[in-house]
Amino acid sequence: MQLTGSQFTLATAIARNDLATLPDFPAEIRAPAGTTYGVSGFQLHFGSVEIRTPGDEVDLLVAMNPAALKVNLSRVHLQGTIIVNVDAFDERGLELAGYKSNPLEDGSLHAYRVIPVELTKLTREALKDFDLNQKEIDRSKNMFALGLALWLYSRPIEPATDWINQKFAKKPQIRDANLHLLNKGYHYGETTEQFVARYEVQPAQLAPGKYRAIHGTEALALGLIAASSKSGLPLFYGTYPITPASDILHELSRHKNFGVMTFQAEDEIAAVGAAIGASFGGQLGVTGTSGPGMALKMEAIGLAVMTELPLVIVDVQRGGPSTGLPTKTEQSDLLQAVYGRNGEAPLPVIAANSPGDCFYAAYEACRIAVTYRTPVILLADGYIGNGSEPWLIPDVNALEPFKPNFAEKPNRIVDGKEEFLPYLRDEETLARPWARPGTPGLEHRIGGLEKQHETGAVSYDADNHEFMVKLRAEKVERVARIIPPTEIHGDDSGELLVIGWGSTKGSIEAAVDRARKRGIKVSSIHLRHISPLPPDLGSIFNRFEHYLVPELNNGQLVRILRDRFLLPFVPYNKIKGAPFRTNEIERAIDTVLSGAPAHSY
Amino acid sequence: MADNIQSDNGKPKGVKPTLPPGVAKPKVPGAAKPAMPPAGKPAMPPAGKPAMPPAAKPSMPPAAKAPVLPPPGGDGDSVVPMLSRKDFATDQDVRWCPGCGDYAILATVQRLMPELGVPKEKTVFISGIGCSSRFPYYMNTYGMHSIHGRAPTIATGLKASRPDLDVWIITGDGDALSIGGNHLIHLLRRNLNVQLLLFNNQIYGLTKGQYSPTSEQGKITKSTPYGSIDHPFNPVAVALGADATFVARSMDRDPKHLQETLRRAHEHKGASFVEIYQNCNIFNDGAFFSFTEKATKSKSTLFIEHGKPLVYENGKKGIRLDGLKLEAIDLDGGSWSASDCVVYDETNRELAYLVGRLFWQQEMPRPFGVFYREERATYEDLLHTQIEGIREKRGAGDLARLLNSGETWTIS
Repeated sequence: MQLTGSQFTLATAIARNDLATLPDFPAEIRAPAGTTYGVSGFQLHFGSVEIRTPGDEVDLLVAMNPAALKVNLSRVHLQGTIIVNVDAFDERGLELAGYKSNPLEDGSLHAYRVIPVELTKLTREALKDFDLNQKEIDRSKNMFALGLALWLYSRPIEPATDWINQKFAKKPQIRDANLHLLNKGYHYGETTEQFVARYEVQPAQLAPGKYRAIHGTEALALGLIAASSKSGLPLFYGTYPITPASDILHELSRHKNFGVMTFQAEDEIAAVGAAIGASFGGQLGVTGTSGPGMALKMEAIGLAVMTELPLVIVDVQRGGPSTGLPTKTEQSDLLQAVYGRNGEAPLPVIAANSPGDCFYAAYEACRIAVTYRTPVILLADGYIGNGSEPWLIPDVNALEPFKPNFAEKPNRIVDGKEEFLPYLRDEETLARPWARPGTPGLEHRIGGLEKQHETGAVSYDADNHEFMVKLRAEKVERVARIIPPTEIHGDDSGELLVIGWGSTKGSIEAAVDRARKRGIKVSSIHLRHISPLPPDLGSIFNRFEHYLVPELNNGQLVRILRDRFLLPFVPYNKIKGAPFRTNEIERAIDTVLSGAPAHSY
Repeated sequence: MADNIQSDNGKPKGVKPTLPPGVAKPKVPGAAKPAMPPAGKPAMPPAGKPAMPPAAKPSMPPAAKAPVLPPPGGDGDSVVPMLSRKDFATDQDVRWCPGCGDYAILATVQRLMPELGVPKEKTVFISGIGCSSRFPYYMNTYGMHSIHGRAPTIATGLKASRPDLDVWIITGDGDALSIGGNHLIHLLRRNLNVQLLLFNNQIYGLTKGQYSPTSEQGKITKSTPYGSIDHPFNPVAVALGADATFVARSMDRDPKHLQETLRRAHEHKGASFVEIYQNCNIFNDGAFFSFTEKATKSKSTLFIEHGKPLVYENGKKGIRLDGLKLEAIDLDGGSWSASDCVVYDETNRELAYLVGRLFWQQEMPRPFGVFYREERATYEDLLHTQIEGIREKRGAGDLARLLNSGETWTIS
């Protein structure tokens, strides 16, 4: 089902519509077919106007079995169209889904336009001359559905044809069957008279330029490669497989011709340890994971704080705590990222806000890590990691380059002798020198014990410890100097400011636009930098009266803001493993302006 | 884990550090509650070398006397200026307890270094946490004192990405076999070309005397007042089980044997595992005395050498194979001679398993030396060969082309 969704997405991108996707699948690989918990879905929102979210309600649902109908019916708006595989609505299928009576017959779907298609039967019929067994034949029925959907929305069929040719190049039987079925589905739309309308969606008015479709995890990988190329630092990616971050590893491991070293470690701790080792050796050390892996890496991240080595940690967040909801999205690792280490261990935390933005966020994380010699946590989440969107391909020459500036010679004369002090700092950034092993004369030792200022020698001195704690914090605060002015979506002042971070940008801005059309004086800002916060936030907050902070967690950014600003930030939280719908945020905007208490929605 | 060595009580001396600009007066963002308002100027940290804690410099243990050394050699770069042992010592005071076996190991390593011919700047010591893991601070090379159990992970990332460096891992029985056990076995199976020195003292020293994963069953310690019920690891058997390509055992009190073993570990291309019996004279004094002290050493130890029969106790005893079992035989009694003994072959894995398993067995000696050696491609060689192969086939990566790959469309 996920493949079918991806193929429809690609065809839609090529038809030049703007789009946003929401893949939604169970953690189990082959969850029992026909059960409600085994339903794998793919939601796609596309149009000729700017698309910011996967959509609140769907116009068309394709339900391959009763369970899929049961799970997804609430997403279909009234009068919407439902295509069902009527063959799957047999006694067993209904029982598995927990239906007492057949919804196709008991009138419960009267508010929708239901189009029954004998998908299983048609598939079997179409492939009866192919030398395939029953299982292989039945598994192909998604291709029939894809062909039908492509016809229904006037999508080109070629991208799917190309993909099948490539994917099954070595299995001509399967390839031919799939091509045949895809065409049959397409033609079925034309010849059957069940469909009263066929849709044509005009190309969207996107900014001019060259586009491609991109997934968030793919963009993260490309951003890391771009940072490596532009800085001249070889990329070392240490990681341990974890949903939903593994696709970064899959993508990076395909690009070894960029000198990318991918290391699939024995565990999460080894993954970050190896990245730190690579950084010590003068590489761009990066590790990627999700929530549970973050928890395991924290001690090592503290080591990178203490040794002041560049390190990027990518956290593609998922529902927690513990194993939580591995395939569902959530923004609940923010406090872990900002505070989750022993001791006073501040570090820069930044967040990506869309699949395509993951590229720029990854690049920025690397730039900060290398410039300030610090670990940087980059937060993405399952929604933008797995989701995709049309992406205006960046101009390589427009990416701001950064240099590692390795230490090459001693930096202090002590008693007439040249010495290398590994903790002597840059005046602007407070970064310490990065001396690679192999550089003669700069031999030095670093480690997790407290460092003496400048010399880097082990120090248990009380005053030095306090000084160093404040110095490391000040170094992280210095990152604020390179944060660009915060962009305000809407007017520069008004009644309400919505403050968001991460993957909620599309929903928030779409909701703000709708509310503004109704005359409400609302604007929004979306934070890329959460630690340190942008220096201009205080002056922006002064220009608004109310503050709404929507998050896909139980209130995390709101705590960070309240800690810094004594202002009445109102949280709006959703913890359902799914992104915000635009109308949910729009409702929250209305509620907060109506003066109702925060808990009432 | 606590790293709770006593703090120094010396008066600071030396150069006064200057505060970096902006530290004393950080810029406060124009917000209601600024991020970091340090209450005034942070106190000036003291600098310079701390005075020595009382009794921090013990006399060298007897075993550390300089043995006669073979002429310098080695397999490193040939243009390296001749270095001496002193070149590898740092200005840091060595803070192990007086009489600790670690001193002898440090002295042996510092003495070996110049002979290996590897430039100082190409040498890196990586350690975890524990008494032994202070080692890098005393080696004037590059080094990192990392976190508990994780030294192999850091060494893996470093060596994989910088094959030109000579990487040594210093660890202990708790660090390598308890908290870091997972990393140890994976480092060995991957076969990175590094040397791992496991200082085994069969006790947790830095945390003041709890039993370790190599402590004998029944051991009375602070955490086991009624005796430990844990079955101990045999580190050599663990390394062999993890498919290590070089496995050896030596001891702190035999510097000659230790130095030779370390030299061979360094010569080996691949992950070299060396277990070093090390006396903790504070919390586990004498744990290995039966193997290290003159009165009992010859009886209880078996020094294995490639191509030589397994004999011990000055040739009075030997080891023969009885089917798949090793048996101690009396070579003085007339019924057996040296020709009945097993001739050791360090490339024979099965033999290594058998001899490596001689551990806490009645009437059997404890083996020391190189148990096993095998040539196998190193991880870093495979990694870089693969990358180079892909580069040759596909050409070096072109960023613009990568970003523009896949299905694209243009909007004008």
